[in-house]
Amino acid sequence: MTDVTVAEKTSKHASSLHQTDVRTKRRNASEARFRFYGLTAIAVGVFALIVLMASILSNGIPAFFQTYVIMNVDLKADVLDPKGNRDPDDIAKVMTFGYTPLINEATKTLVAEIGGEVPGLTDKMVNNMISREAAGQLRRFVLAHPDEIGKTVKFEFLANGRIDGYFKGRVTRESAALDSNVSVEQLDIADALKRDGHLETRFNFAFLTNPDASDQRPEAAGIGVAILGSAYMMLIVLGLALPIGVAASIYLEEFAKTNWLTDIIEVNISNLAAVPSIVFGILGLAIFINFMHLPQSAPIVGGLVLTLMTLPTIIISTRAALKSVPNSIRDAALGIGASKMQTVFHHVLPLAMPGILTGTIIGLAQALGETAPLLLIGMVAFVKDFPAAPPEGFFDPATALPVQVYNFTQRSDPAFYERASGAIIVLLIFLLIMNALAIVLRRRFERRW
Amino acid sequence: MNDMRMVERQVGTKPIKISGRNVQVYYGDSHAIKDVNVDIEDNTVTAFIGPSGCGKSTFLRCLNRMNDTIDICRVEGTITLDGEDIYDKKVDPVQLRAKVGMVFQKPNPFPKSIYDNVAYGPRIHGLARSKAELDEIVERSLRRGAIWDEVKDRLNAPGTGLSGGQQQRLCIARAVATEPEVLLMDEPCSALDPIATAQVEELIDELRETYSVVIVTHSMQQAARVSQKTAFFHLGELVEFGETGDIFTNPKDSRTESYITGRIG
Repeated sequence: MTDVTVAEKTSKHASSLHQTDVRTKRRNASEARFRFYGLTAIAVGVFALIVLMASILSNGIPAFFQTYVIMNVDLKADVLDPKGNRDPDDIAKVMTFGYTPLINEATKTLVAEIGGEVPGLTDKMVNNMISREAAGQLRRFVLAHPDEIGKTVKFEFLANGRIDGYFKGRVTRESAALDSNVSVEQLDIADALKRDGHLETRFNFAFLTNPDASDQRPEAAGIGVAILGSAYMMLIVLGLALPIGVAASIYLEEFAKTNWLTDIIEVNISNLAAVPSIVFGILGLAIFINFMHLPQSAPIVGGLVLTLMTLPTIIISTRAALKSVPNSIRDAALGIGASKMQTVFHHVLPLAMPGILTGTIIGLAQALGETAPLLLIGMVAFVKDFPAAPPEGFFDPATALPVQVYNFTQRSDPAFYERASGAIIVLLIFLLIMNALAIVLRRRFERRW
Repeated sequence: MNDMRMVERQVGTKPIKISGRNVQVYYGDSHAIKDVNVDIEDNTVTAFIGPSGCGKSTFLRCLNRMNDTIDICRVEGTITLDGEDIYDKKVDPVQLRAKVGMVFQKPNPFPKSIYDNVAYGPRIHGLARSKAELDEIVERSLRRGAIWDEVKDRLNAPGTGLSGGQQQRLCIARAVATEPEVLLMDEPCSALDPIATAQVEELIDELRETYSVVIVTHSMQQAARVSQKTAFFHLGELVEFGETGDIFTNPKDSRTESYITGRIG
């Protein structure tokens, strides 16, 4: 252009490409710094994740194993059926308490059999080695099989939580010496039983199928009710949030005119997504329980509250999915005389489906892990009975997985802490499965235009 | 097809299919189309030419009320199809669009099979009573779209898997399948290579026998090649409208002449 540019041309760039000038050096240094920051951030995140997973897995995996004592119990007819008529009603009159002596006796015989003579061992110590759940288990068996009365039957009883803990490394001889609930003598006997094959630790399906148990018998506690309650709530959330959310999004995105009213609705939906979940809990308590008088602790209330919570997530992701369908598809359909609704349902919605499903699953996963609102509507209660099959079961008391975790951590026995971690593992597995499903769906229906 | 044809093109009068009177289009506050009067004849290819942003596409989209989908767009004046006002309150745009088909700038087949692409229109309008009849419509439309021979063996393949030119001819076949009376084409060849363009142009010339075709184009050569009537738009106004031969050889308005000779645009 002008002479000035020509004159400066030589001075602006380094003379040789083999020499890096100062400016380039500075630029490269700042890029290197940025890469370092990024790597550090990722390293911190990965480290935290590893620590978390290691801690949960090491604490929680023992919950999936349980120690059982195998013994023969003499089902004495004079104790179990005092009238001797094998009438189920009369047998049922013997309470759980009445079965305890039989188990105590069987345990004592077993200990004597293996020659377990340990100085200082009392009968009470021997009796305490078996879970308090055993008497109930025995009674259920007898009521189901009255013909077995009078015979000697082989049973597998849960070992007491401390004995179980000894084989999982939670209880040691040192800790037992300081613990009033377990003694070193008991541990000696347990070792002897294990040696002779009367005691074994194996995979614990009951953890996944049993209901919660009282403070005195952590070994019997499971998360069956919680899994079922969570499943019921997810059904309700899916059944309500998906159609309502998708219908609302389609209307807002495809049909509604942009005016101040839809603007307000839009802003409010975005705000709702950011409302703390406990606020939804208070809302649910006020509306569904206090006003509509739905039962407390019921999956229906939990499901409704979680639906309200999930709706904004689903609406936002569905609208994003609808927005990403190119207008040329709408034009094409409208251009050959399809109505607005035909355009949406025949062409736009199918193309937006992967996005909608992904959003829905992520919303569901969020709802599955939600605890705070459930505390307020009474789902934190101790629930021993399984809810019935749906739809009646939606109104029966139940707990939910995250609430069960919270519940377990509130108990004093360390065995419950182990179960809390176990429940977290189950929860995480469900979440992983749902997220994997979202990824699969997204891949499957990859954009086709 | 070559440029010489326009000289020997005969000038005849045909019945008027679409007529616009004092058409004004506003996008919000901006006045996009200013007082346009135009008569589009049946069995004729009418080309709309003009520089970018002159309103020719906007006007084309008024003819089948595609502008209805744009919230801020407002149309005034009257546009009639066979003497009936298409902006009358009683008119359902869906019925109108079945009569006035449209082909877009970018080929936009549905992400479905070739067969379903063509069959979609007849299905929603209930044009076929049986599967055999539908098959027949699909074949006829694909033949008319000059693409039958290329796709007859793979009717179940996705329409999006075709090449650009094939996709555009598929879109034309799809528009033809609903048996419209008018075919609007918004720069149908702008995304195509010269060979595909030539094929589509040839097709347009054939379609003239059955339909009234309105084509928006950026290419003056294309307008000269395919159209009998040409309308020149500039800054939202219809500057000149007449026989294509006259517009290109003997423009009356200085702006038309400047555009044709490449001085504006």
